[in-house]
Amino acid sequence: MEFNTEFIKGCSAIGAGLALIAGIGPGVGQGIAAGHAASAVGRNPGAKGDITSTMLLGQAVAETTGLYGLLVGMILIFVQPLAK
Amino acid sequence: MDTAIMLSAQKEVDFMIHGVFSYNFFGHEVWITTSHVCLLIVLITLMIFFFVGGRIFKHADEIPSGFQNIVELIVEFLDGIVNSTMGKYGKNFRNYIGTIFIFILFSNISGLLGLRPPTADYGTTLPLGLATFTLIFVNKIRYQKVSGFLKGLMDPWPFWLPINIIGDCAVPISLSLRLFANILSGTAIMALIYGLLSKIAFFWPAALHVYFDLFSGAIQTYVFCMLTMTYIADAMNTEG
Repeated sequence: MEFNTEFIKGCSAIGAGLALIAGIGPGVGQGIAAGHAASAVGRNPGAKGDITSTMLLGQAVAETTGLYGLLVGMILIFVQPLAK
Repeated sequence: MDTAIMLSAQKEVDFMIHGVFSYNFFGHEVWITTSHVCLLIVLITLMIFFFVGGRIFKHADEIPSGFQNIVELIVEFLDGIVNSTMGKYGKNFRNYIGTIFIFILFSNISGLLGLRPPTADYGTTLPLGLATFTLIFVNKIRYQKVSGFLKGLMDPWPFWLPINIIGDCAVPISLSLRLFANILSGTAIMALIYGLLSKIAFFWPAALHVYFDLFSGAIQTYVFCMLTMTYIADAMNTEG
């Protein structure tokens, strides 16, 4: 079956939008990490520096999956590998 | 082909890498792109900074003042994070970590000056990831010996060998992709704002620049260096 290029481009845009649903997971994960860090600082305010750096490191690692979704979306929109 | 180095000078949405000029390299067509130009600007800025800093420390004062204060602050901060993460091995890696920290930080915040950040090009971040990977590999061989390295690959059973190999090879890819995608997303959002909202884009994009260039750039720099140090310290850990 043959599709014209415009149809494929539109479907690529829908696919890019769907790929960005991957952003939900890192959002929830980073929020949980930040919440636990806040309660940890409340319990032990002296360790604020260590807690903050550990939280940022964990959040950056948790963010990776969301960024992969973002890359897929960007490639679908700007490189358009399917429309060629 | 236009030479669009300045992001904000564009009238439509455009954050792609452009070719500046091409030349023949033994029969291959090689392009010098805007990434190279921005990288060169960042490197020249850093070289001037290092040159001036080195000259000041030729005849340093007992009580620091002015520029010497700034340089001492930066060096003490970098030494502090390296020593607190790597412990007794810290002094061997201060140079590498300090260099990549300053380079990535300057590259990330160069978006403030209207440049396209060089780290928003996968060709810049992948070599950084590969350099870290090489350091991890070399230190694993040096401190755990070949037998310990092979034992680590077959941990906990020999059956897990392929999974461990994939896990080792994923380190540089995930390191470089994390930095690349974070900076690229900031660049793309700023390009969308300047391109689509160019009529009302006065003053308030400055707040977004603070978040995407300064905050996000500094956090990603810190994370890249922390992960590099954690991986290397893990490779040198002979007990486990």
